[in-house]
Amino acid sequence: MEAAAATLVTGLVLGGMYALVAIGLTLQYGVARIMNLAYGEFVVAAAFAALWLFTSLGVSPLIGLALVMPLAFLANWAIYRIFLTPLVRRAPNAGALETDSILATFGLLFVVQGVMLALFGGAYQSYSYLSIPVEIFGATITANRLVALGFAAVIGGGLWFLLTHTRTGTAVRAVAVNPAAAPLVGIDMARTAALAFAAGGAVVASGGVLVSTFLTFNAAMGVVFTMKALVVVIMGGVGNLMGCLVAGLLLGLTETLVASFVDPGLTLAATYGLFLTILIARPAGLFGVAAR
Amino acid sequence: MKKDITRRGLGLGASALVLAAPAVRAQTAAPTAVKIGYAVSKTGPNAGGTAVSITPNYQLWVRNVNATGGLRLGDRRAPIEVVEYDDRSSSEDAVRAIERLVNQDKVDLILAPWGTALNLAIGPVMNRAGYPQIAVNAVTDRAPDLGRRWPNSFWFLGTSAEYAAGLVELLSKQREAGLIGNNIAMVSVADGFGIDLVNAARPALQRAGFRASYDRTYPVGTQDMAPILAEAARSNPDAFIAFSYPPDTLAITEQARVSGFNPKMFYVGVGTAFPLFKERFGANAEGVMGIGGWQADSPRVQEYMRQHKELVGREPDRWGSSVCYASLEMLQQAIERVGRIDRPAIIRELQTGTFDTILGPMKLEGNVRREQWVVGQWQNGEFMAVAPAAKAGARPPVLPKPAWRST
Amino acid sequence: MSNTALAIVLAGLAAMAALPFLDTGFWLALAISIAQYAVLATAWAMFSGPTRYVSLATAAFFGIGAYTVAVLGEVLPWPVVLLVAGVIGAVLSLLVGFATLRLSGVYFVVFTFGLAELIRQLVTWFEVNVTRSMGRYVFVEITQAQIYWQLLALFGALLALGTWLARSRLGFALHVIGEDETVARHVGIDTARAKVALFALSSVFMALVGAVMAPRWTYLDPAIAFNPSISFTVLIMALLGGTRSLLGPLLGVVPLALLFEVLTARFPNHFSILVGIVFLLVVYAVPQGVSGLLARLRRGAPA
Repeated sequence: MEAAAATLVTGLVLGGMYALVAIGLTLQYGVARIMNLAYGEFVVAAAFAALWLFTSLGVSPLIGLALVMPLAFLANWAIYRIFLTPLVRRAPNAGALETDSILATFGLLFVVQGVMLALFGGAYQSYSYLSIPVEIFGATITANRLVALGFAAVIGGGLWFLLTHTRTGTAVRAVAVNPAAAPLVGIDMARTAALAFAAGGAVVASGGVLVSTFLTFNAAMGVVFTMKALVVVIMGGVGNLMGCLVAGLLLGLTETLVASFVDPGLTLAATYGLFLTILIARPAGLFGVAAR
Repeated sequence: MKKDITRRGLGLGASALVLAAPAVRAQTAAPTAVKIGYAVSKTGPNAGGTAVSITPNYQLWVRNVNATGGLRLGDRRAPIEVVEYDDRSSSEDAVRAIERLVNQDKVDLILAPWGTALNLAIGPVMNRAGYPQIAVNAVTDRAPDLGRRWPNSFWFLGTSAEYAAGLVELLSKQREAGLIGNNIAMVSVADGFGIDLVNAARPALQRAGFRASYDRTYPVGTQDMAPILAEAARSNPDAFIAFSYPPDTLAITEQARVSGFNPKMFYVGVGTAFPLFKERFGANAEGVMGIGGWQADSPRVQEYMRQHKELVGREPDRWGSSVCYASLEMLQQAIERVGRIDRPAIIRELQTGTFDTILGPMKLEGNVRREQWVVGQWQNGEFMAVAPAAKAGARPPVLPKPAWRST
Repeated sequence: MSNTALAIVLAGLAAMAALPFLDTGFWLALAISIAQYAVLATAWAMFSGPTRYVSLATAAFFGIGAYTVAVLGEVLPWPVVLLVAGVIGAVLSLLVGFATLRLSGVYFVVFTFGLAELIRQLVTWFEVNVTRSMGRYVFVEITQAQIYWQLLALFGALLALGTWLARSRLGFALHVIGEDETVARHVGIDTARAKVALFALSSVFMALVGAVMAPRWTYLDPAIAFNPSISFTVLIMALLGGTRSLLGPLLGVVPLALLFEVLTARFPNHFSILVGIVFLLVVYAVPQGVSGLLARLRRGAPA
């Protein structure tokens, strides 16, 4: 029984991490309609920033968060304004924008990865921060993972509050639900989308910083995060914060349960199997309204 | 706008034409230079391993050779000129890069990439072109077969059977000494390396009378080791063995430390020998065993370490790196004994000669290097070779492993 | 494509088949790589062009073909191996096709990616637990020239099929679907069946390419066979070339393959950055793919 409880806790912590890494993408894709293939590179870039701040300057990753997040917000704002707005303007329909954004962010992926390789080389990186064991319901978990989970909850909750209780948030949600009708009610589409993209970027960066405290990473690993985030976002339903959270937790739990009680060799097969099954049963994801 | 696009089209055409001309490096060396090419994984999944065990050693060797004026060919010295490519960790790109080195750049010699798959992918091309292939970072049970199939190929890190045998021998000795019991927990990464090793280890353990009460594999890219470690710990093993890759090695060790899982013997796979491991775990590295190991007290190894640190800014790993450097010393001596770039003669010399390297005298048997250091242990901040025990210079292993300390 | 055009293209392919008599080294290697992507990208566009479904399952079918060779290559005669690879590819694509019909847009994209990963994980698990060995050695006696010729033949067959398809009832149905799916359904076209049939055809070619390429690398493991970068490369090449016409993808394959080659050869340390910049330039400068650009140039309209 205790073993089962421990497994659940471990699974929830892992799932929280998946959700955290995916929240940013759900904003970027769900609202700004940019299928950002360079997403994972930004996770890794933030991880490198945290590593550099910590090992060279002795800045704790949690303080680093306060530096990296605004920077990422500005960087993503600029990326959206400079690179993506022309694509949005010229796209005749959602499909065309999707194709263009795939191509453009694919290029961005290579650029960011190339810069990271030039700066840090291809070697694995890891550092030790807050790796103190904490015991919860019989599961031993490092403090850094718990802190990451806590921040995920704070960031997710904060976002939810902003989205539901502020004017801008309501505008963002309106764009996510119906991009065609949003301008009719006086929403500045370009501004809202840029805001969502930049906010997504800041959340991604926070994910990267937090994840760097407990995962070993290198410059080539971005795509792993991109794909995981895409799976979570799609499974939850595009643009749906709650869906993102539930899907992340579900994947984390599945992975941990399968590893503990079935066979660790089948963890990834099980998560992808679950993902495909959910999509077949619910083509717009768990919380998606309808296919666009 | 239209003009603009046409110009861009022309640019593309022009770059295609450039392709036709053999790639000439910016610094054109003296015509007497020896051209040495390599295509290694600067990007992609193999970039991590390449950056640790391959590239620094190629660079260091070239620098050292050129510092003495170059390779001694007869009575003159020929500096080395390098042509390098990125195979992007892809078999197809690796094959094409080798074809380019052989046919377009017409290099004199080619150095091998990192990893079993890439070395096998380029095997046929290297064989057809008659270039010696010094495969260092490749552990495969087929090594002896491959040495026969492609007599130009040399396999330096031995077979998984050797690693398993060395590990089991060490375990047996510790059991005789009464330090551990029969109970083993074992995990392996579901990739060529991990599966080869665990397949070799299972029968060897069984023959020696050990019982693997936990024996599982996990997929490449597993991000959370907690459930696996929890299950392994539940079987309460005397020894824990992980045939793992670098990110997993760190994650497993971290998880074991955090959960206080401290079996009498703790062995993890690739990555234990990395300097990163020591940096990451500090005093907690103490007593951890892993694949590889070296004789850290040898003056030549220490000199190598110093040079490596000076050139790349960090220490080398204690498994593949020194072997890689030693293999290059062998190549250099083979070339200098032949006295000219005569590839069949160099291959023959590598097959039969005995060479003097930073790891001591080295000789290949059937194109395979025997007598590896198969198990190392972090002892007083250094990854000392502990098995095979019969090999000169082996340190006695220290068991049981000390308790994890909280940092 | 008209019959004449097809004949000219096929004659061109036949002339290309002489390449191995001129060079068996680097140029052949490059030609193999181009031919491989030509078939994959054309097959990809054959399905994704008219249906507008962006698929990332290329690696799944490619990998299945390659693995079939790894398992059966030394057991059965070569044509039978190819046949088996094609049949497995077809069966899988039919299953997937019917399962994914309700998905649209990005849901389909990520589904197909997940599918490739799932198959890769299952193959890995099977190898580890059932055959108890990972990584297969493919020692099939075959020359590089033979690989090249098979790829050319596949490409020729694909073009012929595409030309025939465009005139068939299925082709007409697909054209209507491409214009407007609702209209298609109203005029009584079984859109589901048409799409799945096309998906299967395209997948079979992908599986065959995987089978043909497998002996080239001696060693195969799931990471090589189901490498997701195959899916992405094919997608990018086809989108750059343009998916509206049969030869469109080729216009993306050739320049991109050459560009990759030039960049790796001349800037091995800055490959990523340069490729990225080129991609960005392409997106902004050539919005409708190379074939769209050519069409506009021909019409003389301002770009």
